Amino acid sequence: MKAFLILEDGTVFTGQHIGADREIISEIVFNTSMTGYLEVLTDPSYAGQAVCMTYPLMGNYGICEDDMQSDRAWTDGFIVHEVSGWYSNFRSHSSLQSFLLKHDIPGIQGIDTRALTKILREKGTMNGCITTNEEYDKEELIGKMKEYSVTGVVEKVSAKEKYSCKGVETLEENGTAAGSVRAATGITDKPFVAERVPAVVKEMNGKGLKIALLDVGMKRNIAYSLTSRGCDVTVFPCGTKAEEIMGFKPDGIMISNGPGDPKECTEIIKEIGKLIESGIPIFAICLGHQLVALAAGADTHKMKYGHRGSNHPVKDLETGRVYITSQNHGYVVDESTIDGKIAVPAFRNVNDGTNEGLSYRNKKIFTVQFHPEACAGPLDSGFLFDRFIGMIR
Amino acid sequence: MPRDNDIKKVLVIGSGPIVIGQAAEFDYAGTQACRSLKEEGVETVLVNSNPATIMTDKEIADHVYIEPLTVKCLEKIILKEKPDSVLPTLGGQAGLNLGMELSESGFLKENCVRLIGTTAETIKKAEDRLEFKDTMEKIGEPVAPSLVVESVEDGAVFARSIGYPVVLRPAYTLGGSGGGIAENEAELREILANGLRLSRVGQVLVERCISGWKEIEYEVMRDSIGNCITVCNMENIDPVGVHTGDSIVVAPSQTISDKEYQMLRSSALNIIDELKITGGCNVQFALHPNSFEYCVIEVNPRVSRSSALASKATGYPIAKVAAKIALGYTLDEIKNAITKKTYASFEPALDYCVVKIPRLPFDKFITAKRSLTTQMKATGEVMAISNSFESALMKAIRSLEQHVDSLASYDFSVLTDSQIMKRLKVVDDRRIYVIAEALRRSFDMEEIYKITKIDMWFISRIKNLVDMEKRLKSEPLGASLLREAKIMGFPDNVIAGISGEPEKLIRDKRRTNHIEAAFKMVDTCAAEFEASTPYFYSVYGGEDESGEIKNTGRPKVLVIGSGPIRIGQGIEFDFCSVHATWGFSKKGFETIIINNNPETVSTDFDIADKLYFEPLTPEDVENVVRTEKPDGAVVQFGGQTAIKLTEALLNMGVRIYGTDAENVDRAEDRELFDEVLQETGIKRPAGHTVFTAEEAVSAANELKYPVLVRPSYVLGGQGMRIAFNDREIREFIGIINRIAQDHPILVDKYMMGKEVEVDAICDGEDILIPGIMEHIERAGIHSGDSISVYPAPTLSEKVKETIADYTRRLAKALHVLGMINIQFIAMPDDEVYCIEVNPRSSRTVPYISKVTGIPIVDLAVKAMLGEKIRDMGYECGLQKDADFFAIKMPVFSFEKVYGAEISLGPEMKSTGECLGVAAEYDEALYKAFLGAGIRLPRYKQVIITVKDSDKAEIINIGKRFSALGYKIYATRSTAKVLRDNGVDALKVNKINQESPTIMDLILGHRIDLVIDTPTEGYDEHRDGFMIRRVAIETGINVITALDTADALLTSMENKDREKEMEPIDITGIATRGRAFE
Repeated sequence: MKAFLILEDGTVFTGQHIGADREIISEIVFNTSMTGYLEVLTDPSYAGQAVCMTYPLMGNYGICEDDMQSDRAWTDGFIVHEVSGWYSNFRSHSSLQSFLLKHDIPGIQGIDTRALTKILREKGTMNGCITTNEEYDKEELIGKMKEYSVTGVVEKVSAKEKYSCKGVETLEENGTAAGSVRAATGITDKPFVAERVPAVVKEMNGKGLKIALLDVGMKRNIAYSLTSRGCDVTVFPCGTKAEEIMGFKPDGIMISNGPGDPKECTEIIKEIGKLIESGIPIFAICLGHQLVALAAGADTHKMKYGHRGSNHPVKDLETGRVYITSQNHGYVVDESTIDGKIAVPAFRNVNDGTNEGLSYRNKKIFTVQFHPEACAGPLDSGFLFDRFIGMIR
Repeated sequence: MPRDNDIKKVLVIGSGPIVIGQAAEFDYAGTQACRSLKEEGVETVLVNSNPATIMTDKEIADHVYIEPLTVKCLEKIILKEKPDSVLPTLGGQAGLNLGMELSESGFLKENCVRLIGTTAETIKKAEDRLEFKDTMEKIGEPVAPSLVVESVEDGAVFARSIGYPVVLRPAYTLGGSGGGIAENEAELREILANGLRLSRVGQVLVERCISGWKEIEYEVMRDSIGNCITVCNMENIDPVGVHTGDSIVVAPSQTISDKEYQMLRSSALNIIDELKITGGCNVQFALHPNSFEYCVIEVNPRVSRSSALASKATGYPIAKVAAKIALGYTLDEIKNAITKKTYASFEPALDYCVVKIPRLPFDKFITAKRSLTTQMKATGEVMAISNSFESALMKAIRSLEQHVDSLASYDFSVLTDSQIMKRLKVVDDRRIYVIAEALRRSFDMEEIYKITKIDMWFISRIKNLVDMEKRLKSEPLGASLLREAKIMGFPDNVIAGISGEPEKLIRDKRRTNHIEAAFKMVDTCAAEFEASTPYFYSVYGGEDESGEIKNTGRPKVLVIGSGPIRIGQGIEFDFCSVHATWGFSKKGFETIIINNNPETVSTDFDIADKLYFEPLTPEDVENVVRTEKPDGAVVQFGGQTAIKLTEALLNMGVRIYGTDAENVDRAEDRELFDEVLQETGIKRPAGHTVFTAEEAVSAANELKYPVLVRPSYVLGGQGMRIAFNDREIREFIGIINRIAQDHPILVDKYMMGKEVEVDAICDGEDILIPGIMEHIERAGIHSGDSISVYPAPTLSEKVKETIADYTRRLAKALHVLGMINIQFIAMPDDEVYCIEVNPRSSRTVPYISKVTGIPIVDLAVKAMLGEKIRDMGYECGLQKDADFFAIKMPVFSFEKVYGAEISLGPEMKSTGECLGVAAEYDEALYKAFLGAGIRLPRYKQVIITVKDSDKAEIINIGKRFSALGYKIYATRSTAKVLRDNGVDALKVNKINQESPTIMDLILGHRIDLVIDTPTEGYDEHRDGFMIRRVAIETGINVITALDTADALLTSMENKDREKEMEPIDITGIATRGRAFE
């Protein structure tokens, strides 16, 4: 079936329809990761957006459900050059196409994704529509697109109720990927003991710590990054009052990533303001980083086309070291609005010089714009969770 | 961290002659690095024995030494030039080994020189098997269970304990030389004995066989403060077991999820950090297909073939960045040369798929075993870029220029299903075509996977191509099917072949339906940032980006590259293409290169104004022509690859700069050329043009044997033989017809004289001959395999004059504009015969340019554009001889290709060359032999076995070996001749006689040299063939022509040679070849 991607500026791409057969209007963004499409699809930060993957071959290794970053897909739509008809990986049980259908995500393939990316790069992120209706009324659709904006998404994606995740008891628990133990056959006579997932965590330094995790659109691996170090994590919905969190008497507070315009989250910012004053150590990622900055009086603004991918270099301003990071954000903290008495820049993007992290003066608070929890993307900055634990201890 | 200002003068070590496993990629890396160093104001001293390289140009380095790559030579150069640093990581394994030897001996420290880019400790940790294993264990990175052994017995014991099959990897060899997989103890003993010998330190690693696992590589960069990035990862389609250089490789990886990708990436980063590498590094992993289990296979702490591929696949200039890191810069201080907006401290994001296919030499070595193992055999490779795997694979296949243009190019239709099943188990260069045939017959994909261990995803993609073949065969060729086929990468000629419609009609159908190639940019960042470097690949169905580049208004020239490195068409033609590009650029042209070889300098993104990474077929070139509308094209510099495209270019309406096609034809077409010779009054050996075996036999009988038989229109003497009787003629014609059917066959009288070669530039009126080169071996051995001496040492003035005169006559008669290469035979009576004229650039151009100081290619470009030689500041005619000798020595890779016949003949077999430059003839010869790796004497024992016609000449050679203190062993009749003439020679038995035989002697490892001239004829030399193979495989030098032996003796007869050897900076050679003024 034919499908169309119509952009706010009138550009039309014609391709083939994939996934659910449903018309959507959404904000169109692009992601340059070459692997990790499932992580992207299930990252709550993409709520309200349709994602174009710049790497042309998607779905090659199918769907490995262990890698989902939430229980469902959050992207409004999926735009790719080609969805692989065949998938191959020892952990995968289904195809990308069946995943899109199961999660009711419409999409389009067979379009020139590079041309689309260049439009977004030149003109900035814009809204668009994916439809299979060959008789679409372009003017009418563009009218609707202009009205669209990503709003109310944090409430939508956040946990509805608080819940707990227990920290692991031993490092070995991190080693085995649940549900995917399968003996190797046909290669050698001896079956292999177990499949090991990447052993990122080297130390059980978080054992016995109680962490409150404020979910404003959390990727699962943030909680996992803490529990795998031994921390006991309790996840709080975004509407939780600061008093409740403080009443929980956590050793540290983690504020997650999430979707949308941070300035829209006025209530949450207010609560975070109180948390800042509580003296409890705080580590925040992405939207969390922006919310803390806003609560501390800084400003944020929308970027032309954001940072979405697995290859962004970020410099640690203290050590001079550069780390390759996973990123997904359309808004950024405006460094010029930061009161130097309150916070200082800790990380900066090597490519465009934008702020990538803040360290708060005289407080046990540091926040980063990028994603140390990776998924998808490099594991280089995972040590920040250790830094957080170290700060608590 | 800013640049280290203590580094002011750097010695860069090159990789030496091109051999299998160490090819043009190091010229690319070295050239890029030298330019990068120059950019920083560093004075560079370059040493490389290979004259065909661009890195040895005086424009690239400040001081250039084309000297043998030995520790002694390097020490001399260091003492003379006094560099403060040595950069050894750009010259492949050869460079690394030398750097380490210089450091270990304490020489560097004594002379206050430091190694930059790496340290001796790092090299040891990565290269020494035991230290590597310990290091990996320390940081918890898994390696396959293994043990370093120094004896066959220890190896056998260990292998029994871990179980067969086991992999054997010799330490410190290049391209995995001498390695292999042993399935049982007998095989282990054979491979291990050989490996122990080839290893520089006599060590071989015996390890658990992980063949069948996925092979994944990462290219990693690290700077001095520990910032690490991965440039790219690559997945080998052929699983572990086939050397990565012989594997079909795809970038980025396709069948692993982000979990495995990041797991291996983190591991690679851990490793480079632990090894403290400052620069580039390649890490190879084996990944279990059904779990997260992985092993580190190998780490190369330097730039490599894989890093050249990664650079071209991503646009990230690894060598350039590595050089900057060596100077002290950190990754975040180095600008990304492609985007000019971002920095080197990021990881390229690809928005396309890259496929690399190796170019294997089995068309040259027809007797060789085609199986692919952990021992690399490829001479070169091609790379293709597209937005789908299918079309990248299809493009790569047709880039190979091996008479293949699709998965149906090898016809297996005659095989039965069970034969196909059996063939699937054979791991050779045709496996992918066999898989396609199996899929055509609807074999179960899972079954194919189980046999080949090639991931199902790749098999499914091959199936997509096979399904398209089926549709093209059965469905009417409508616009939408045609579009789909083009998107999948099917060329018009293949669609025509399958669908049965004429190619022209298909092209017209494409035009009317607007199914045209569009060009996309390689920009390192998947369009996230604006890029300014025009590096393009074609796709079907998409927006064209090449038009976005502003028109410069300058005239445009298309330079056709030379494709993959193969025997007969090597790096020399890349040298010529690059210099032609620079020449046109200087004359105000906008330059456009089309090429598909990722190892070369010509495919570096900043050589031409625009680079198209595309197959070199008429259709692919036409796509570029339609987009660029060049004012003209130049085909003289890209070898036969480019010449073959002349007609197609003319049909597209593209003007050819230089000699016009009609005159090229007059030189290459026998009948027409005869007219030219008659017109100019030049003799050539009598001969005939024939089409059938019977015609050939009668021609040969008329001319009288021996005769030279060859197909017309070939390069590197492919399919050329000397025939001594009717039976051989029939046999050769059979072989020739398999290689080149469409062209007539030439039968010439074979003449025993001195072979002489000239390269000349002609401006239409006058010529310039930089110099005359004389071959040491008599006519009959391919010029590319002969030792070539400049200036010609034995020719009389009269002969030289005749040659200059003939060259002028021929160039004028053929209306040559640009380059011409002519081969003559000078007979003892001073008669000169012309044997071949090539109105194009030849493989000797780089060599003769360098030693005469005359920029031949640049002058040829000017001549093509209408300038006169007189106005270029040069005198016409033959230039004065140099006051030194420059001797070009061929280098072979026979030990890498099992079963290849090593005796020399009219068909070219060498893979590379080196140069010896010295004031005296014998010193130059000594340097040339040394550069080619012939380091004698060692044990002072030689085996001589020659054919009857050589018996008279062998006496003097025997005497000279005796005089040098050599013990001579000879087979029966040779021994008799020697002894009858007073040369002390021990008789040895032939292979089938009783022990001890000649074979026992060879396997005893105490022989310096085997001189074995093959018996005339083709199939009666089984014994000789065996002797030569075993000798080569056990590391003994083999000489198959008496002239070569004579030259070797001359080089050895001055014993103080090495002590006196004087390194010569060739940048000091003024025009007219004066090095000693």
